[in-house]
Amino acid sequence: MTERAHLAVVGAGPAGLAGALAAADRGVRVTLVDAAEQAGGQFYRQPARALGARRPEALHHQWRTWRRLREGIERHIAAGRITHLTDHHVWAVQRASDSSFTVYALRGPAEEEGATVRADAVLLATGGYERVLPFPGWTLPGVVTAGGAQAMLKGALVLPGRRVVVAGTGPLLLPVATGLAAAGARVAALVESAAPVALLRGAPALAAEPGKLAEGAWYAGQLMRHRIRTLSRHSVVEAHGTDRLTAVTVAALRNDGRIRPGSARRISCDTLAVGHGMLPHTDLAETLGCTLSGPTGTAVRVDDEQRTDVPGVWAAGETTGIGGAALALAEGHIAGRSIAARLRGVAPDPRSWAASARARARLRRFFAALEAAYAPPAGWADRLTDDTVVCRCEEVTAGAVRTAARSLGAGDLRTVKLFTRAGMGWCQGRMCAPAVAGLTGCPLTAGRRPFARPVPLGVLAALPDD
Amino acid sequence: MNPLELARSRPGEAFTVTFDDRPVPAVPGQTVAAVLWAAGVTAWRSTRGAGRPRGVFCGIGVCFDCLVTVNGRPNQRACLVPVRPGDAIRTQEGTGHDDD
Amino acid sequence: MVGAACALYAARAGLDVRVVDRGPVAGGTTGAGEGNLLVSDKEPGPELDLALLSARLWSRLGDELGTAVEYEPKGGLVVAAAPEGLTALHAFADGQRHAGVEAHPVDADQLPFLEPHLATGMAGGVHYPQDAQVMPALAAARLLRVSGARLHTGWTVTGLLRGPDGAAAGVRTDRGDLHAPAVVNAAGTWGGELAALAGVRLPVLPRRGFVLVTEPLPRMVRHKVYAADYMADVASDSAALRTSPVVEGTAAGPVLIGASRERVGFDRSLSLAAVRALAAGAIGLFPFLERVRALRTYAGFRPYLPDHLPAIGPDPRAPGLFHACGHEGAGIGLATGTGQLIAQTLTGKAPDLDLTPFRPERFDTDGGDTP
Repeated sequence: MTERAHLAVVGAGPAGLAGALAAADRGVRVTLVDAAEQAGGQFYRQPARALGARRPEALHHQWRTWRRLREGIERHIAAGRITHLTDHHVWAVQRASDSSFTVYALRGPAEEEGATVRADAVLLATGGYERVLPFPGWTLPGVVTAGGAQAMLKGALVLPGRRVVVAGTGPLLLPVATGLAAAGARVAALVESAAPVALLRGAPALAAEPGKLAEGAWYAGQLMRHRIRTLSRHSVVEAHGTDRLTAVTVAALRNDGRIRPGSARRISCDTLAVGHGMLPHTDLAETLGCTLSGPTGTAVRVDDEQRTDVPGVWAAGETTGIGGAALALAEGHIAGRSIAARLRGVAPDPRSWAASARARARLRRFFAALEAAYAPPAGWADRLTDDTVVCRCEEVTAGAVRTAARSLGAGDLRTVKLFTRAGMGWCQGRMCAPAVAGLTGCPLTAGRRPFARPVPLGVLAALPDD
Repeated sequence: MNPLELARSRPGEAFTVTFDDRPVPAVPGQTVAAVLWAAGVTAWRSTRGAGRPRGVFCGIGVCFDCLVTVNGRPNQRACLVPVRPGDAIRTQEGTGHDDD
Repeated sequence: MVGAACALYAARAGLDVRVVDRGPVAGGTTGAGEGNLLVSDKEPGPELDLALLSARLWSRLGDELGTAVEYEPKGGLVVAAAPEGLTALHAFADGQRHAGVEAHPVDADQLPFLEPHLATGMAGGVHYPQDAQVMPALAAARLLRVSGARLHTGWTVTGLLRGPDGAAAGVRTDRGDLHAPAVVNAAGTWGGELAALAGVRLPVLPRRGFVLVTEPLPRMVRHKVYAADYMADVASDSAALRTSPVVEGTAAGPVLIGASRERVGFDRSLSLAAVRALAAGAIGLFPFLERVRALRTYAGFRPYLPDHLPAIGPDPRAPGLFHACGHEGAGIGLATGTGQLIAQTLTGKAPDLDLTPFRPERFDTDGGDTP
């Protein structure tokens, strides 16, 4: 066989790009398959080309890292070593009996046409999505995820509204609040359910990241500059409005995470950007047969080389556990080097990526500490009224979910789904699974989704024979 | 300040699309959701159960809350689909498919 | 589902019932089923008799539980694309009618009145008003609740308890012993393993099926619709993949397309060959489905016995042990009749049907267990 070995990278965010670059630098032929119009993923999401942005860096952090990455990828694309398939939405990856892989995608924003990519190895860099725990009123138009508000700002250069409350928990809230303010929104409050003291508890791991401390100081300055009021150890307990959001009620949390009586106050706003951390996209890995693990049992398990336990399948970035762009870059780089060696039939030398391995270890500790500090407030599930919709797609209420658990005996997410339809709709439970788990006391497990996105029956019927 | 100014955006020539037969301004590169947000519209779907209004939620194509009918094709994700001149965007009712 | 029905009818016959499952309610094949209550796909014989008995019982439960189990007496429509197929279908329906099935021939020009979105050019069909549907997981949960039986989910049976005379005296589980003078094996696809714990052989094997679920739609498909070659697939002994889809709308909106049949053990991994064939077959019946999206697919494992008939009744090799498993893809439909027959034998009454064809020990004598 004279043709060089071929790697398919699914996802063109930091992990996928770093992996593609490291592999292509070492002679591997790479096809980069990604759903967006341009590379970047969520963190480096670029404004649509036609918007003609001459200063996209105004919306971004760590722009220099991005420029280096992009230039490297562009060089390989020009030299024909990397093929970048944009607007390709991957719905499954299959491993054939000869150990080759086929990546199945839908093309274009309409996702009506099928496309396939053959490969000898696969790097899954599918990223993550935001977890939002429900509260009364969360389905009102004007309530968006924090990451969604940021994505629309970065990608489409548009604001969700004029007067915004940013709320929830996690490290994403700061850049969202300051980013929206810098782009012209009035940020009425930044409501964080974690306490500053909880962050200090992870101090050794946090202090080991001087870069992160500097970043924190920078954000503090931005909050002051845009006069953003920060309410820590507070939570949004209700969103108000009839057909769209008009205000939120915010309340202080006690040490045990419950609402401090008499502390509720109303803040008027037309937008609530809310999020409670991130979850990894694991559908493709799960269908390939990769073992999932991680603190919540919902991340792809990898070894020191970023290999999954399915031969020929690597994974890097948020899909292996939430840890941000810098960790994704380190993991992607290690994966790319490992793939380049393994595809030549050689065991890689881990010393060649020692710096990335050190960064990976440090950042994983850092994010483990953050995750502990930014836990959602205790008792959030008890505050859900029975009529609050939990499954947004199928409009299943908290009351129906509770009934399924209490009187029909459902003790796991799949059984709750079968009894109530929570998780059977368009999003296939990605949005409601954490809430259903919290409401019923079931463990949050990764759902089994052989189709990582909806597939037209005509595309399935026309699949190539093999 | 607005986001276009912040990024020093110089989009191509503006054009018009319609939302429920009303003309709405758009520029090349915007998604359907961006055009509607910029026009102050936050809801363009009513759910098939309770008939409640919905619009963008996750903003990255995962939640399917922003489903909308564009040029007669239902169930398009407004946060992903770019607008084209003359697009007819409609509030999507229920499943988006006509009942027979 | 079969276990839930056994519990219901046994409790109604006055027995004190405990239900043990190592998983949750509907955690096995029930949760992967479409809820077909079909008489239309069965040729005259013991299975059809059981299906007719079950259909009557389901109809009564439908009156009693109604929307809680999403019971829908929607009827089935079997269509034939070519004249030869239609002739065979009519002959098949004639035989069924003699056995008590309602089966009405439908001319090609009448098909659009029953199914407005059906592909044009079909030769004709047969309408089966007795075919119906339930939501299987809800049905199992509701039947268990109505039965009043004590439920031990998450308990794994590890052995059979025996009395001094050697007869079954209950089950041993990982959470303790449960004493009972009669034990009913309703372990479905895993019924053979449970029989083995009692020291008897019951060759239940899995036959995998994939189901496709579409986006929610208005009621575009009104009946259970399938092509005439479905019956041949059901009755086939082939291990290879066979697909002739049954297409149906649901009260909740999605169209269900099921199901493929192949013998590959308990392999749950996605088979694109299976979903491709299902999608192509469904589009052949309803062309509008081409642009409709499949939101998910899942696999289930039908429990089949070599002669495609379930095992129902007492096991003479293990006194006190009763079997109610091996219903292949028809377990939801046949559950009520099976439950009734089990309750009758448990209480010493004469069963509504002759149980000879369902004898659990039949594979020991005729050597019919080679797959």
